[in-house]
Amino acid sequence: MTRVAVLDYGMGNLHSVAKALETVGADQVWITRSPERIEQADRLVLPGQGAMRDCMAAMTAEGIDQAVRNALHRKPLLGICVGMQALLGFSEENGGVDGLGLFPGTVRFFGSPQDHDARPLKVPHMGWNEVWQTPHPIWEKIPNGSRFYFVHSYYCAPENPSISIGQTEYGLNYCSALAHEHVVAVQFHPEKSARHGLQLLANFLSWNP
Amino acid sequence: MTLAKRIIPCLDVDSGRVVKGVRFVDLRDAGDPVEIARRYDAAGADEITFLDISASHEGRSTTLHTVERMASEVFVPLTVGGGIRTEHDIRALLNAGADKVSINSAAISNPDFVPRAADRFGSQCLVIAIDAKQVAEGRWEIFTHGGRRSTGIDAIEWAVRMTEGGAGEVLLTSMDADGTGQGYDLALTRAVSDAVRVPVIASGGVGNLEHLAQGLTKGRADAVLAASIFHFGQHSITEAKQYLQAQGIVMRMDY
Repeated sequence: MTRVAVLDYGMGNLHSVAKALETVGADQVWITRSPERIEQADRLVLPGQGAMRDCMAAMTAEGIDQAVRNALHRKPLLGICVGMQALLGFSEENGGVDGLGLFPGTVRFFGSPQDHDARPLKVPHMGWNEVWQTPHPIWEKIPNGSRFYFVHSYYCAPENPSISIGQTEYGLNYCSALAHEHVVAVQFHPEKSARHGLQLLANFLSWNP
Repeated sequence: MTLAKRIIPCLDVDSGRVVKGVRFVDLRDAGDPVEIARRYDAAGADEITFLDISASHEGRSTTLHTVERMASEVFVPLTVGGGIRTEHDIRALLNAGADKVSINSAAISNPDFVPRAADRFGSQCLVIAIDAKQVAEGRWEIFTHGGRRSTGIDAIEWAVRMTEGGAGEVLLTSMDADGTGQGYDLALTRAVSDAVRVPVIASGGVGNLEHLAQGLTKGRADAVLAASIFHFGQHSITEAKQYLQAQGIVMRMDY
């Protein structure tokens, strides 16, 4: 019996991630902000889209921030997109916003990235890009270098490089996946990344840190 | 290797049914957008665009249900456009499972609409759709009403203004090329792509696979949208990707 709580703090489309989790075998998926439900769930998913400032404010208002901090040592949690960025200490977005601070580090703006021929790259970084893996159970049955769907203008720069489990190149090499204790987080959208994305969600459901 | 270019099939949907015809063999129901989207997903479509052309209110509510079904079965990004006029319309589509919405005439009648929506929902889900027609050498204007009415707005200036205002992507259709099968308007595509910082999707005029390649190379588009060449089985998406990869264009091949 796998019961997953998709943490709902009012930021956007949670339907897709819930449907994708059901598709890969979650017995129950709750889109919820209720502390009781979050406590009952075996696993948590922290999605996020839009601006970091709004995400952090909504998360704090709903008490989701504490649920995420509690998960670090005791319950598997998957952060997605801004749900990954929120785990770091600080983001440059919106003139500077404090994150949850689970991991020291900064969320940085891409600025004016360039390709190998010094041509400007588009921001947001949008589309299917490669993720180069560091071994972790979340990558099981996913070939190294597989493409996932990204859409973001800011990227995570954790201070401790050893928590990075995935690297992606877009003007620079950055950390597109990280893991520590019971937390794993990805910058891309597994729920929108076709076969490999669904495999990653299936791996998350069977992961026992 | 780095970010892949995208191929986006577009479905025109009226009251929950695909119109303008789709002629695949062995489809159970050639009018069901969800069945067609699943087919395209399996063939490697990098995104699906869904254009709601319903005239009636009932047709629009059916659209929400169709988007919901599609988002439950197809796990690639889904963009919905057509007739989006209010923030309430955007919220309803995003809640139904759309990842992005594309805004066209509502932005023209109210230039504050896109910036306000971007502030509320985030740039990542807002596509500005631009229908442009050439009016002089190197100059294109925004047209409405299926290309019959000019607004007098310069297409490139409009693209810059809307993307600086918060649109995260441009869906650019040449009204001159649309339906001709003679290829994208490459000069227009390139001019817009060079002028904005966000990704540009080329649309209108694709008749063969070489046109897709030209849109991505000479037009410098980040993605190519096409309808009829895929709908009528003239080319499959898989075939298009193999062709583009052979031209040295980075594609997502592992699907």
